[in-house]
Amino acid sequence: MTSLATLRAAIDEQGRRLAAAGRPRVQLMEICGTHTVAISRGGLRDLLPDGLRLVSGPGCPVCVTASGYLDRAMHLAARADVVIATYGDMVRVPGRSGSLEQARSAGAAVEVVYAAHEAVALARRTPGKQVVFLAIGFETTAPATALALQQARREGVDNFSILGAHKRVVPAMKALLGLPDVPIDGFLCPGHVSVIIGWRAYRPIAAAFGRPCVVAGFDDVQILAGIGEILRQLADAAPAACSVYPAVAADGNVRARQAIDEVFDVTDATWRALGCIGASGLDLKGEYADFDAVRRFDLPAMVDYDPPGCRCGDVICGRCLPADCELFGRSCTPRRPVGPCMVSSEGSCAAYFKYHWRPRPKASP
Amino acid sequence: MSGDDTILLAHGGGGQLTAELIEGVILPALGDAGGQEPACLADAAVLDPGAWCGGAAARLAMTTDTYVVQPLEFPGGDIGTLAVCGTVNDLAVAGATPRAMSMGLVLEEGLEISLLRRVLESAGRVAVEAGVRVVTGDTKVVERGALNGVMINTAAVGEVSPRADLGFGRIGAGDAVVLSGPLGEHGLAVMCRRKGLGLAGHLASDCAAIHGLTADLIEALGSDVHFMRDPTRGGLAATLVEIAAATGRDIQVRQQAIPVAPAALAAAEMLGLDLLTIANEGKLVAVVSAEAAENAVAILARHAIARRAVVIGQAGATADVPIVEMLTAAGGRRVVQMPYGEDLPRIC
Repeated sequence: MTSLATLRAAIDEQGRRLAAAGRPRVQLMEICGTHTVAISRGGLRDLLPDGLRLVSGPGCPVCVTASGYLDRAMHLAARADVVIATYGDMVRVPGRSGSLEQARSAGAAVEVVYAAHEAVALARRTPGKQVVFLAIGFETTAPATALALQQARREGVDNFSILGAHKRVVPAMKALLGLPDVPIDGFLCPGHVSVIIGWRAYRPIAAAFGRPCVVAGFDDVQILAGIGEILRQLADAAPAACSVYPAVAADGNVRARQAIDEVFDVTDATWRALGCIGASGLDLKGEYADFDAVRRFDLPAMVDYDPPGCRCGDVICGRCLPADCELFGRSCTPRRPVGPCMVSSEGSCAAYFKYHWRPRPKASP
Repeated sequence: MSGDDTILLAHGGGGQLTAELIEGVILPALGDAGGQEPACLADAAVLDPGAWCGGAAARLAMTTDTYVVQPLEFPGGDIGTLAVCGTVNDLAVAGATPRAMSMGLVLEEGLEISLLRRVLESAGRVAVEAGVRVVTGDTKVVERGALNGVMINTAAVGEVSPRADLGFGRIGAGDAVVLSGPLGEHGLAVMCRRKGLGLAGHLASDCAAIHGLTADLIEALGSDVHFMRDPTRGGLAATLVEIAAATGRDIQVRQQAIPVAPAALAAAEMLGLDLLTIANEGKLVAVVSAEAAENAVAILARHAIARRAVVIGQAGATADVPIVEMLTAAGGRRVVQMPYGEDLPRIC
């Protein structure tokens, strides 16, 4: 295994090459909440040369979900005949009418599940109630939702449905590159998503936009190796899609992608802050329409909004760092979060707060 | 507690919300009955019966705890072992030898008696090993659905060693923070079993009574042992932040020094959890004088459950707003914070 010292030396070397070539400042974006957390947890920014800045992109499933989605979930949770099954990260996100955590405390049925199939099992155990699974996440969680729906259909679990908001990563990356005020020189591509979609999925971005796209795993060595490879490509002026993460195949997991294709059609989707992005979402195919909570229940219209003063939208676009938000660490903390980025364990604000927020300035080492 | 009108699950997580509940609701409501010392409602209170009867008597420590773990049986233990170990450990870190305990059982209608027998046999076995007798008890049965199988409440008293002189106030600059072994095994083993995650095969709770560790430390080092705590809910992070807050001192720890159990690390990484914030049930954090640090590690390491005992950091200078800081394995720095409630696994 390459040592951290070797990787740091390589990063420094590429940084010097870039500076010599007239690019003293480079901004890279990680688009995976797990990377965001791992970078903060490892204190990795301390190890990077001056002039190299990492910003977080729309890589946290909860954070990219438009506020209107939560309002719909809260609307469902208020019904006596509905049990909400959700990933844990979603329960604390505050919406206009509070959070699912507060709803649960006030008597709503909200169950935390770790995987979609648990929600189907919950539906089977709970006849007489409608179990609605909050199906959010990228290509990582979409296959599990697809398999759960296939199972529910096969077994006739008719009290199961999903409130779907799955997202596709690559269209969002293209949309980000279209933002005039967010300079991105390269992408550290997500490990888990790429296990499904494969590293070749980023080729169009490398080719059309000239930005390196490097997939990395989640430990310190992997992340530094990925950053080093991006810098090397920039210094060599040879942007490409590739992976330093051995778990990722060029074409990803074909079976998992098949499952997605069998259950979902690609559709346009609304992202927090980024608005509607073409071909960035997944919609249930006709034969699964009965499992769509939107059809099954009368739900309010989807709208997107940020709470007043909250810059989660700017944070997930890489337009600012969490600490640039006026609310960060003041009125918005993990204890009393204002926006989703402070709630989700994968959110940038939560990661910056948890691992770097200091009530007083940093002393010299 | 403003803005929160109802109890959230996170109020039981051992983090910030638990502290707010105790300080904002429970202690004010108990009023004068809540005790005179600021540390009242700590895990164990040290009592002075000599003051009651006007004579000389050993100092006693008293503790109470309630156990609601799900599932009732998990790799490495069950609710019975947990109840006795947890109770014994709360006394142990107060420098006390456990002597007698009570056990109140609340049982759900429909509970299998064979299961009840198994968890009580576990409890009995651990109690015998720890030298504590179950001297009184109570049994209640509630309607099906009113709770999940079994809830156990305990109280216990122990005799405080005359050599023990423990408290936040005894912690000084340069004191060493000693940890008895790897983190997170209990919380992760329970979580994996609860959720049927296929990791549990290699992962077992560290559930164990640590009174042997604490007794040996006190016996050998006496007042060089300044503070002890078992890092249960909220994990090592909660314990360190609590020490920093109570002493007003910065704490520095080195990630590289913290022992890691590979199965727990793998599970934590898979679930996106931080080993520092996950519950342990058989670990000890001891703050000892710098001179005694090496000796403390050697004493702990004689015990099978503390073979990997090690100094992980030290207490620093006082500060207006003290910080727990960790030098990461990669060489960077991060702060360690009190978890909010219970950390939740990530989505992807």
